[in-house]
Amino acid sequence: MTDFSAVAKGDELPPLILQVTRADLVRYAGASGDFNPIHWNDRTAAAVGLPGVIAHGMLTMALAGRLVTGWVGDPAALRSYGVRFTRPVVVPDDDEGATLELSGKVRDVVEGEDGSRIAKVDVTAKFDGRTVLGRAAAEVALPG
Amino acid sequence: MPDESWVGRSLEPSEPYQVSREKIREFAIAVGEHSRICHEVAAARAAGHPDVVAPPTFAATITMPLMESFLRDPAFGWDYSRMVHGDQSIVLHRPIRGGDELVTVVHVDDLTTRAGSHMLTLRCEIADVDGGAVATTKAMLVTQAAS
Repeated sequence: MTDFSAVAKGDELPPLILQVTRADLVRYAGASGDFNPIHWNDRTAAAVGLPGVIAHGMLTMALAGRLVTGWVGDPAALRSYGVRFTRPVVVPDDDEGATLELSGKVRDVVEGEDGSRIAKVDVTAKFDGRTVLGRAAAEVALPG
Repeated sequence: MPDESWVGRSLEPSEPYQVSREKIREFAIAVGEHSRICHEVAAARAAGHPDVVAPPTFAATITMPLMESFLRDPAFGWDYSRMVHGDQSIVLHRPIRGGDELVTVVHVDDLTTRAGSHMLTLRCEIADVDGGAVATTKAMLVTQAAS
């Protein structure tokens, strides 16, 4: 268990490794309403010059956000979150799918307007050993 | 060429979006969010929320159809077929919860053309029907300039 009263600049979040499969993309398409075929159709992906079907950027953003909300144990604690989509996550049509490696580090701990302690976290999301999100950063209220 | 006169303007407020428990659960499952406050009303209430809580990026998701209908309108002159999502930010003034009715106003904040690409920043102000601020989202979208 993390002692959140002791969280300080430089602390690393517990890393998270996730598999993203075609089934996950189909499920996210339905839940989000984003049915762009580059996220499920190989022919369309190839026609627009992609190496294959790619994950929705917003799905990658959501999964990387779980690193932060999972750390504090509360999805309602996230105050702000921003990312740049710098490289696509290519999801092969097999059982393993793509592997997403998520890590994060506390950049600062500040006091929020409402007196809560806010951790500013820099998030790193890697696929195939390369970062897929740029300037990914979140502000999350710490428990207690 | 996108119509630059839109910069600084905003669209009409959206029709209210009704946030349902079932949509929150469906979205939470799709992003692998298993926190009980996203799925169980009793757990959400025990944590001080009136109903189940949406995962944070749900805020941006509900703005996508509003942005799409603007960008597909030929009057704006945007090549939607070649668009990519450059960046996205979300500020939550409070969590989104089951039972919320949310009205979104899309603002055209910026449009620049550089190195053969148009870059458009759309800001969405999401409020409840009483006007209370719920979330502010910003999307930077990129499409190729006609050559």
